[in-house]
Amino acid sequence: MKKLLYISIAAAATLTACQPEFNDPVNEQGFYTSGEADFSNFVAVGNSLTAGYADGALYLYGQQNSFPSILASQFSLVGGGEFNQPLVNDNTGGLLANGNQIAENRRVIQVSETGETNPVVLAATPTTDITNVAEGPFNNMGVPGAKSFHLGAPGYGNIANLQAGTANPYFIRMASSPEATVIADAVAQNPTFFSLWIGNNDILGYATSGGVGTNQTGNLDPTTYGSNDITDPNVFAKTYSDLLGALTQNDAKGVVCNIPNVTTIPYFTTVPHNPVPLDQATVNQLNQELIGPLKQILTAFGAGDRVVLLSATAPNPVMIKDENLTNLEAQLNAALIANGIPPQQAALMASLYGQARHATAEDLVTLPTSSLIGTTQEGIPAPFNTVAVTYPLEDANVLTPSEQTEVLTAQTAYNTTIKALADQNGLAFVDVETLMNQLASGGISFDGGTITNTYATGGAFSLDGVHPTARGYAVIANAIIASINETYGAEVPEVNPGAYTTIFVE
Amino acid sequence: MKKITLLAMVLLTSALTYAGGYRIALQGQKQLAMGHTGVAVINSSELVFFNPAGLTFLNEKFTVSAGANAVFANISFQNEQYGWYTEDNNGVSTPFNVYAAYKINDWASVGLGVYTPYGSGVEYPTDWEGSHLVNDISLSAVYFQPTVSIRVNEKLSFGGGPILAMGAVNFNRNIDRTTTNLEGERANVTIDDSGITAWGYTLGMMLRPTEKFTIGVNYRSEIDMTAEDGEADFQNIPQGGNMNGMFNNVTFDAELPLPAELTVGASYAINEKWLVAFDYNRAYWNAYEALDVIFSNGEESLNPRNYKNASTYRFGLQYKATQRFTLRGGYYFDESPVRSGYFAPETPRNDSNNFTGGFTFKISERFALDASFLYVHFDEVYESYNFYQENGQNVPFEGTYKNNAFIPGLGITYGF
Repeated sequence: MKKLLYISIAAAATLTACQPEFNDPVNEQGFYTSGEADFSNFVAVGNSLTAGYADGALYLYGQQNSFPSILASQFSLVGGGEFNQPLVNDNTGGLLANGNQIAENRRVIQVSETGETNPVVLAATPTTDITNVAEGPFNNMGVPGAKSFHLGAPGYGNIANLQAGTANPYFIRMASSPEATVIADAVAQNPTFFSLWIGNNDILGYATSGGVGTNQTGNLDPTTYGSNDITDPNVFAKTYSDLLGALTQNDAKGVVCNIPNVTTIPYFTTVPHNPVPLDQATVNQLNQELIGPLKQILTAFGAGDRVVLLSATAPNPVMIKDENLTNLEAQLNAALIANGIPPQQAALMASLYGQARHATAEDLVTLPTSSLIGTTQEGIPAPFNTVAVTYPLEDANVLTPSEQTEVLTAQTAYNTTIKALADQNGLAFVDVETLMNQLASGGISFDGGTITNTYATGGAFSLDGVHPTARGYAVIANAIIASINETYGAEVPEVNPGAYTTIFVE
Repeated sequence: MKKITLLAMVLLTSALTYAGGYRIALQGQKQLAMGHTGVAVINSSELVFFNPAGLTFLNEKFTVSAGANAVFANISFQNEQYGWYTEDNNGVSTPFNVYAAYKINDWASVGLGVYTPYGSGVEYPTDWEGSHLVNDISLSAVYFQPTVSIRVNEKLSFGGGPILAMGAVNFNRNIDRTTTNLEGERANVTIDDSGITAWGYTLGMMLRPTEKFTIGVNYRSEIDMTAEDGEADFQNIPQGGNMNGMFNNVTFDAELPLPAELTVGASYAINEKWLVAFDYNRAYWNAYEALDVIFSNGEESLNPRNYKNASTYRFGLQYKATQRFTLRGGYYFDESPVRSGYFAPETPRNDSNNFTGGFTFKISERFALDASFLYVHFDEVYESYNFYQENGQNVPFEGTYKNNAFIPGLGITYGF
């Protein structure tokens, strides 16, 4: 009887093992081809975009859906090996340094009891402490916040430098040693194939801070740069050339991505220049007491177009401080006093409006500003205390046309360098700029709809308004795959963006 | 009647436990071994299923056959565009049947059958590429059929009986392709209901123009299984999407038709040892228009199926080698009821070629052992299901499927 049982079990095992086999199975080597590329050891180098950063944080799910991780899973069909990432602990995002929170948690959509939806920072305690250094080496060498010249900067992973701002918390937790550089840790793995997408932060910090940093064009010493500065294009070119030199030293093949136009990301396109609705009573009062007289005085100084009379029937522009304007504080003060305004109030108004103007359609109001507009500024008397209406927004809240020009000039220079060096080294090149521009002009279709650059609902950008969603990263991964296939004669299958998530509801 | 219901309940429970496999005809070891012919084959109490009219032509006063099959069914799926490859996790299912026949007198017999003509069990790896269509499904229906057979004369008989069908369903799928909770766990729903009952009937006619030649016709009615207030368990729904707890304590209604089937066939005894049989089945699958699930919270899941009627062509051969030993073989071609573009992964069936074999070994005057084996061969097929929608547009799910199934079976026959 026992014998019969064994025979039955053996027979059953044999039968279940009879999985039908395809004539041409996709999971067997040879169905797809790697062409001239060798994907056996793929290392991705870059910044937050390479790390899988999304929703204002680096969290587990984002890392698992980073574009290099998506690429690695497709490369596995053409000889790709393991892809090791410096995974954080949780899906909260946020970082601790010795127990103190140093980076914010991820953003999620919160639904109120009445059904209103709001993006909020997830209320939870992060568990990833950068003092717990992860054991590498890591195929994903994406370091959120890194600028081009940071990748070769010794001590960028040294926690002793964190206070001084010359170290990066994300690199601290993954550096092979405190003095290691990102590029050296990448090259030490002898990659057979690499991706390099760097340079975004060389302009992004300046842009997202509303241009409060310095345009360092002409300054060739990046160690003197602040975090919100624009990197000199020659510094970028030298750095980029060195990075590619290091990555290609073993004849590794690779793919490089250029820098998208930051002015088309939801961070700058979500808050309109004229988001302020006002009722008739308020309009009458403000036009009579403030805007009318102000416009009259400014007109006398040839600057009457700085402000427009308010309207109850159309949305009104925000009032901003523009450092590029001639400061008319003294003139304004004198004129107000001449008009019979008490000296103290005249001084306040002169200081508020001496360099202020209404925003125009050319100004880009930053995403975080939306939570400030219409709030009351403490310590300022009414009616001068309504933020963005009578109390001008700071320079940091708006990227003005001249600041945009500075950003675009640097971006164009970087992209010229990237394309030239890609061609020179025979690398695959991805025009992410053009790809991302499509998001702003009609969107990019997938099998379940279209993704656009609309904040939150567009599907391409995560809730920080800067970084893509997993679906956005998948679209980028497909562009990278297409470029690799074309450049190296490979046949790597694309992924289906429709299978990737967008934003998350709490 | 109470006892009968109780028995059916017990059997239903075991069917649930073993639910699975394809919708493959496995209604008796002897006839399965002959390509599942039998509408015109006078062999055993398996006639309760194949053609109740034939019971009265059996020689035995009382005979009972009971058996079970082990279904080893496999599905491979791949999508060449994206490099997807998935194998199902199907376990082994063991559908069973019990038939009894009792000869009251020369012209009347009664019978009883319990069998599982419909059922499906498919399990894919959770969150696989087609998980918005199905993660796993288990459908089962047990037919309970009391039967009467009346002989008009030496050449003609009629038979039939009511059928009580008892069904159960358990079906899990992700609610779409991407919704997750904050941990990235996919939102999904399981619908579960059991003890669903419905009534139908079977009718048969058997004609024996000569001693050697037999003709049979059998019709089994459609039975609509209607689940009402079944349990719908939603998991990993984001809290913000669960306004007013709308995904808590949800029930569902759904309807699944078990289609009618008409069989005509003939058998011919070439001599004492050899018998050949041919059956033609027509299954009225056009009753299966959609698998629509209506939830108590107002949500709906509408899944067009649009099946078409399908035929099966069966050939069987029986050879009585010795007094103790009978050998059988057969083949049938099974047309798929699934139309192109409606190829849903929960029943990924294309046309199949089926090969059968088996034997009966007579242990004693009264006991016999029946064994069968069925191999189901599907050619690989590139197909899609086009009727899943996102944002009001159809999102096809497509790829290459290849299936097979290996089904050994054992049974015992007792008679005198």
